Amino acid sequence: MKRYRARRRRNAVAVSVCAGATLLGLGWVILILLALLREGRSGMSLAVFTEMTPPPGAAGGLLNAIVGSLMMTALAVALGTPLGIAAATYLAEYGRHGRLRHVVRFFNDILLSAPSIVIGLFIYEILVAPLGHFSGYAGACALALIVVPVVVRTTEDMLLLVPDPLREAAAALGLPRAAVITRIAYRAAGTGMLTGVLLAIARISGETAPLMFTALNNQFISVDMGSPMASLPAVIFQFALSPYKEWQALAWTGALIITLAVLALNVTARTIASARSRK
Amino acid sequence: MLAMASSLPVARPALGPAFRHWRAFDCGFRLVTLTATVAVLVLLVGIMIALIKGAAPAFAAFGPHFLVDSSWNPVIEKFGALAPIYGTAVTSFIAMLIAAPLGLGIAMFLTEICPTRLRRPISIAIELLAGIPSIIYGMWGLFVLAPVLQNTVQPVLIGLFARVPGLSALLAGPPYGIGVLTAGLILAIMVLPLITSVACDVFATAPAVLKEAAYGVGATTWEVFRHVVLPYARVGVIGAMMLATGRALGETMAVTFVVGNAHRISGSLLAPGTTISATIANEFTEAVGERYGAALMALALILFAITFVVLAAARLLLLHAGQQTGQRP
Amino acid sequence: MKLRTAVAVAMAASIATFTTSANAADISGAGATFPYPIYAKWADAYKKETGIGLNYQSIGSGGGIKQIQAKTVTFGASDMPLQAADLEKYGLVQFPTVLGGDVPVANLDGVKAGELHLDGKTLGKIFLGDIKRWDDAAIKKLNPQVMLPAQPIVVVHRSDGSGTTFIWTDYLSKVSPDWKAKVGASTAVEWPVGVGAKGNAGIAQNVMNTKGAIGYVEYAYAKQNSMMTIDMVNHDGKTVAPSAAAFAAAAAGADWIGTPGFSVILTDQPGAEAWPIAGATFILMHKQPRDPALAAEALKFFAWAYAKGGTMAADLDYVPMPAAVAAAVEAMWSRDIRDSSGKPLYAPSK
Repeated sequence: MKRYRARRRRNAVAVSVCAGATLLGLGWVILILLALLREGRSGMSLAVFTEMTPPPGAAGGLLNAIVGSLMMTALAVALGTPLGIAAATYLAEYGRHGRLRHVVRFFNDILLSAPSIVIGLFIYEILVAPLGHFSGYAGACALALIVVPVVVRTTEDMLLLVPDPLREAAAALGLPRAAVITRIAYRAAGTGMLTGVLLAIARISGETAPLMFTALNNQFISVDMGSPMASLPAVIFQFALSPYKEWQALAWTGALIITLAVLALNVTARTIASARSRK
Repeated sequence: MLAMASSLPVARPALGPAFRHWRAFDCGFRLVTLTATVAVLVLLVGIMIALIKGAAPAFAAFGPHFLVDSSWNPVIEKFGALAPIYGTAVTSFIAMLIAAPLGLGIAMFLTEICPTRLRRPISIAIELLAGIPSIIYGMWGLFVLAPVLQNTVQPVLIGLFARVPGLSALLAGPPYGIGVLTAGLILAIMVLPLITSVACDVFATAPAVLKEAAYGVGATTWEVFRHVVLPYARVGVIGAMMLATGRALGETMAVTFVVGNAHRISGSLLAPGTTISATIANEFTEAVGERYGAALMALALILFAITFVVLAAARLLLLHAGQQTGQRP
Repeated sequence: MKLRTAVAVAMAASIATFTTSANAADISGAGATFPYPIYAKWADAYKKETGIGLNYQSIGSGGGIKQIQAKTVTFGASDMPLQAADLEKYGLVQFPTVLGGDVPVANLDGVKAGELHLDGKTLGKIFLGDIKRWDDAAIKKLNPQVMLPAQPIVVVHRSDGSGTTFIWTDYLSKVSPDWKAKVGASTAVEWPVGVGAKGNAGIAQNVMNTKGAIGYVEYAYAKQNSMMTIDMVNHDGKTVAPSAAAFAAAAAGADWIGTPGFSVILTDQPGAEAWPIAGATFILMHKQPRDPALAAEALKFFAWAYAKGGTMAADLDYVPMPAAVAAAVEAMWSRDIRDSSGKPLYAPSK
């Protein structure tokens, strides 16, 4: 009976420790989100979306930062997604049993976990220094380098989940390999691939380090991607560390905007994934 | 029957222009995907080459001594990587020390103990932590956490351990609020959702029959977890830890705000320090002089190498463990 | 199918946006955080008046020097003047825009701005780590009336390369032989003690949030945030408070026009009213710029700043350059800055 009680006690301790851990984890979430909401809400107004970043001591908004971020993100996704999907297609379809696959998967994982500041330095060395100026293109390329491994990983996983009998049935009907892939495998894995792209977008939305040495920043609104562009993370970085009250308020507001956008993307990705699995 | 099958022609679409069109598309498609795959490879190799090229002047000037030198003097252009490497290692270690048990505990709670209705909301809440961009962690750490640490927690820690022989040196010094410990704490919060979500997925794969059998002979929840689920999930958990370590090693923005940016190795966890990525982020745009820039590139190369080694070790471990249990890594 | 057409339309629209965006490129500049508030204000006003944008990024003086050497910006800005030899080597011209001063700031309970006095030697000892607590005898001697807490001193310095640091360490090297031997003067040094913060802004932030902290910022930052400034004992032994007048007094005896490259350093200057840690901030441009059109626009901007920007500068507690210096600078532009065919890019409007 004593041993039984000891086991029950150990179990109770373990369960309460785990419950405590969960409460602690939840506590962090609530603390951070509350702080973000509290500080960011006061600055939130229509002006944030319509006016440019102000000089110290004046009021303004985040228009150039938002536009810059949107443009660079769009270009990065446009560059990185096709490359990622194409590479993942080879890994999952053609090269499934080859040695190239192991090597590329490993290298892809490294690229995935590579510190984004290293990617920023790389792009600086090949796109900024030789050309002689910072540009939105360089920023977009740096972000694309972060998109590629995410898309490769998720697309490959999704394609591998498509059952082989589906492919075999299509081949038996006489479809060439490429058509099997594009018409059958892609269609079956489509929502999963879309989820991967959304996750990649969420990932690059908050990235600051790769933009620091590539797109720099811009006080005014510019849609010329050949010159320095503002971006939300860069502006937040600059404003948060400044001693000006208006700038700090804008930094928190910008942080709130990014967080809400990222959370919305994550929720969308989840909903799509679960809607698909329920089908 | 077989002899007949081999002599019969295989069914093929008519050999008309449509067939040739598809043949071209087929070959072209395969070529495109192969090129993309090789491009990914080339990109990574390109990054390594660019880093090595950029770092070469530093290694030429300082030699392997660069790795164990703790000075960082831009005036006389004498640089050493020891302080950033130390900071990176210590902050990541603290982060994993805190986040690993916490993450596993949360995962166990979610998979074994939590009532089914609460499972989804809580796991979504924890994943929210993953969605928050790192610069926001930095801001929160600097503006919210650091003052709290400076005014309440750190003085308590210093006072508590002031007379304990070993720990007093570890927790000494004026309470800055920011520093190596704070950076480790922020990193722990950042990698927590990663560990939790992977661990949850892995724990869920433990076969229900085994668990039910264990419950059937009277095991407690904790015993089922420890003796049935955990051994099954060992491979995945180690993989999660390695991924989280890789993330912690490379994190830049959150750490730059709160680590204190001091190029010094201090015995105390409450002292400011620096990490490789924080050093690069702070100093790259203004590194005038060939050696300064090359030293920073060398730091980037070292960080890349450390990440490489951690991931390679994880893969080998998983491969080995997978061979033992027959699971796919 | 609808999704496909939607995606195609979106892509076409975005390509259109990217390609038709060839509006006038902005002048780009990068460098010191010291003058950032006034450059941003001038840029804003200039854009309202002329429609031409000037994009200035404050990445630190070291960054300004590096980027102009790499020709990635139209002009670089640095608080540390380059010497004539370096200017020759990189083919640069240099000219000052405004004056300001580094100010020691601290965070002490119950002590207000201007109540605490320090001299150069004591300041050097604090930043060397030789004086560790606020109630040290040396500080008490200079401040008999002030209630100094028994608190450790938290030194806050720059983590990035900075002309503000250069002015600060140059002053400490002049007044403390110990500092000169152990650390030296430059935009980035090996600090013996303390935490590093990014930019003038970072130090201001850190000092305001940390009790017992001491740091150094450019005067505009200290005034903007009503920080607790410390008065200094100057070269003549008088205690002065930081102010635009004190900076101007420090510059009173400087020979701008006679020094090649206008590279005058204003620390520890004689004068009863002189602030000991004053300095000017400089602009660096190429003698033969990569983009002559943008460089010409930049010169027009600076001419405008010399002529009309003085009040705005004074509002933000900088000291504008005297008219004689402005005239000499403009003469230098029309003499030295030319495009590839030898045509000068600036014609003085006189």
